[in-house]
Amino acid sequence: MGIASMLQIDEMLGDFNRMNKRQSLYQVLSFAMIVSSALMIWKGLMVVTGSESPIVVVLSGSMEPAFHRGDLLFLTNYKEEPVRVGEIVVFKVEGRDIPIVHRVIKLHEKEDGTVKFLTKGDNNNVDDRGLYAPNQLWLTKKDIVGRARGFLPYVGIITIFMNEYPKVKWAILSILAIFVLLHRE
Amino acid sequence: MHTVLTRGNATVAYTLSVLACLTFSCFLSTVFLDYRTDASINTVRVLVKNVPDYGASREKHDLGYVTFDLQTNLTDVFNWNVKQLFLYLTAEYKTPANQLNQVVLWDKIILRGDNAVLDFKNMNTKYYFWDDGNGLKDNRNVSLYLSWNIIPNAGLLPSVQATGKHIFKFPADYATSSI
Repeated sequence: MGIASMLQIDEMLGDFNRMNKRQSLYQVLSFAMIVSSALMIWKGLMVVTGSESPIVVVLSGSMEPAFHRGDLLFLTNYKEEPVRVGEIVVFKVEGRDIPIVHRVIKLHEKEDGTVKFLTKGDNNNVDDRGLYAPNQLWLTKKDIVGRARGFLPYVGIITIFMNEYPKVKWAILSILAIFVLLHRE
Repeated sequence: MHTVLTRGNATVAYTLSVLACLTFSCFLSTVFLDYRTDASINTVRVLVKNVPDYGASREKHDLGYVTFDLQTNLTDVFNWNVKQLFLYLTAEYKTPANQLNQVVLWDKIILRGDNAVLDFKNMNTKYYFWDDGNGLKDNRNVSLYLSWNIIPNAGLLPSVQATGKHIFKFPADYATSSI
């Protein structure tokens, strides 16, 4: 018994051959439905949370033992909500592609509401001034991508794995696509 | 039609949905709990100096020097959905330049299973107490309070402030001796 017959790929192909035009069109449409609803959910989350990236995966160990590589964080970024010390913020630094997840340890707010703050990773010995752009001493509100509100462990390791091995990503995606397109309901 | 693929698919899907369901119940079971507790904080030595802040602007800024006592019992805060507490001691004050200043002076990570009964005497701060200018000297209203950020196994990340804060004032003259 070959692998092909074990997985009944020949039967699936047979399914596909027996489909008429309407049916195959329907399969393509349902595939498009899946893709577009995933996009809708992501964009919808962006609107509800106010953050340009409502879910992030932790990529480094700088917040251990709270967050490990591959943990998932849910962010919100409401304008009217003030930044306070102790909060975990996700921020972008000029010249770095990857946002950083660290805790606010120092904050100064002026009468007019302008605020500047300094961050530090729980697992780092020094504050983040070495990570900021040259001559940047403080973060401001516009640097924030979001503030961590929810936590889910391990789930993000899949995306890390797929980003590290792009071939695996494409293999999984194409297998899923073929399965959705060929499989008859 | 029960191939390896369909059996595998069913097993994985069922396992994942059971795990998701359990994780969600774990989150639900603790989401409405009240995590507040009492802490008693006291300052022992309070000094202020005026020295150049080489970490930031190189100008002379006020540098506070504080040692503190801290007693609290956080054993009751832990439950099955608390993986870790991140404790931090904040100094909050107002200056002519800034309406709100918050500086974390000290922090501590307590994992579940660690000793959560704290009794510190005459502790040094972990971080420097730099002001953003010269607003510490003769500042009559600096409040010191303890908060903790709860890191769950899965769920929200609330920050809780302990009831019981300590208000102290800085001396009206800069200290000259080395600290």
